Amino acid sequence: MTAGPAAAPVRGAEAAAASPVASRALDRDNPARRTLLSLLGILAVLALWQAVMVVFKVPHFIAATPLETAGALRDQAKTLAINAWPTILETIGGFVAGNVIAIVIAIGFVHNRTFRHTVYPLAVAVRTLPIVAISPILVLLLGNGYAPKIAIAALITFFPTLVNMVDGLNAVDAQAQELMHVLSATKWEVFRYLRWPTSLPYLFSALRIASTASLLGAIVAEWIGSNKGLGYLILAATYDYRTPLLYATMAVASALALALFGVISLLENYLVPWRRTGGTP
Amino acid sequence: MSVMVDAPAIELGDVGMSFALPDGVLEVLRGITLTVRQGEFVSLLGPSGCGKSTLLRVIADILPPTQGHAAVLGASPAEARRTRALGMVFQQPVLLPWLSAEENVALPLRIGGWGAHHTPSASPEALLRLVGLEGFNRAHPRQLSGGMQQRVAIARALVSDPKVLLMDEPFGALDAITRDRLNEELLRIWGQVRRTVVFVTHSIAEAVYLSMRVVVMSPRPARIRKIVEIDLPYPRQPKMKDTPEFTRYSAELRAALEDAS
Repeated sequence: MTAGPAAAPVRGAEAAAASPVASRALDRDNPARRTLLSLLGILAVLALWQAVMVVFKVPHFIAATPLETAGALRDQAKTLAINAWPTILETIGGFVAGNVIAIVIAIGFVHNRTFRHTVYPLAVAVRTLPIVAISPILVLLLGNGYAPKIAIAALITFFPTLVNMVDGLNAVDAQAQELMHVLSATKWEVFRYLRWPTSLPYLFSALRIASTASLLGAIVAEWIGSNKGLGYLILAATYDYRTPLLYATMAVASALALALFGVISLLENYLVPWRRTGGTP
Repeated sequence: MSVMVDAPAIELGDVGMSFALPDGVLEVLRGITLTVRQGEFVSLLGPSGCGKSTLLRVIADILPPTQGHAAVLGASPAEARRTRALGMVFQQPVLLPWLSAEENVALPLRIGGWGAHHTPSASPEALLRLVGLEGFNRAHPRQLSGGMQQRVAIARALVSDPKVLLMDEPFGALDAITRDRLNEELLRIWGQVRRTVVFVTHSIAEAVYLSMRVVVMSPRPARIRKIVEIDLPYPRQPKMKDTPEFTRYSAELRAALEDAS
């Protein structure tokens, strides 16, 4: 075995596509350059923001400057950490629960038409209910602990994953299905060798949406009834006009969402290498 | 295995095929009767969309005929499929993008645990060598050109030692140069493995160059218009394409096709 396809002898007309990667990684797509550019963009926005606040003498309780936000991040680090933890738990709990249920139901849909026709409209109906309206109902039903928050985070992630997963499991090529038939593959083998891997890129598209959505769900749920968590902190900081803390909380929430998004993208690159999305934020 | 050793590779008796559509019935095949001997290379030639691929799918037990009967090696197509007497190469390579070239070739051995109960005459590695892809075992489909992918598909079709190889316009999506090259390769491979090949094409030159017999089909509903024996010796050489015989066969087939349309 030679070092790779590019190093092996290639034959005339067919060799053209044998090394697609080599010629592409030129200046424009250089990752270092891309990172630098996005950092510069962020810095520019922060500088402009600071300048506007100073020039127009905006009062502290209306809006915080980037420097004040940074100060709050440093001084209130402990408060932020204590309140980030429950939100992280709820987000991950909801993310896992919502996606696992969605995947299982999607698999059921693809293999059983009756199940699909009974449950799909129901799932769509649940989706049409506004999440802000369901939240109090779930708090009444499930109490004041983690349960309603996880339920809401799960609910908000459930639908995109269900829809994408159903599409993904059905996205198998007609000729590939014929191939499986000619090989006398069982339903399970068709699933294991064809449907499941075919669906993975679709699943990961959904998971990237779900990663930020589940955090949103957890925060909204904390608004309804909670005395801890980032959602609670946002409300408390707003009522007390502790604007820098409010901004710092937003920054933490946004960092969490980015981290989750990043983990999903890394997993995707590892598990679905045949379809890299280049999903760098 | 109930497939018979001395039976014809394929027997079609008055095969007809109709599809029920919302606004009526679409008749695709009518009265196809054909016998293919073992070891024979037969092409089905006809205009696009005439039903030659449908006929191939009847033989492969993908579509049951609505009329007549089909037999592969003396058994039903379903039996032939279950015993892996049939291998199929599609218009597209249909490689699984998450598997390497060698894993793609080995897929038929994994399905149904075939590889655990049978010893194939050639390993996936040997087959990749046979189709001229030595050293590409670990390459993934996206790293291979269209022609190379189709070579992998041919190796995959051969891995469970099928007696009959069904090829559905396998080189139709490739450029002319690659296509000519793969025609050469296919003849070389066929010369080594000597399976029965049923080859669907709409290229007259390809049909003449490859086949022992060419079956000319009419537009839909497809019927057999003419069967032409190509009496050119194997191994065939590219320079044969410039001989008067080759030109005569091409003209004969073209006339039959025009007659048909």
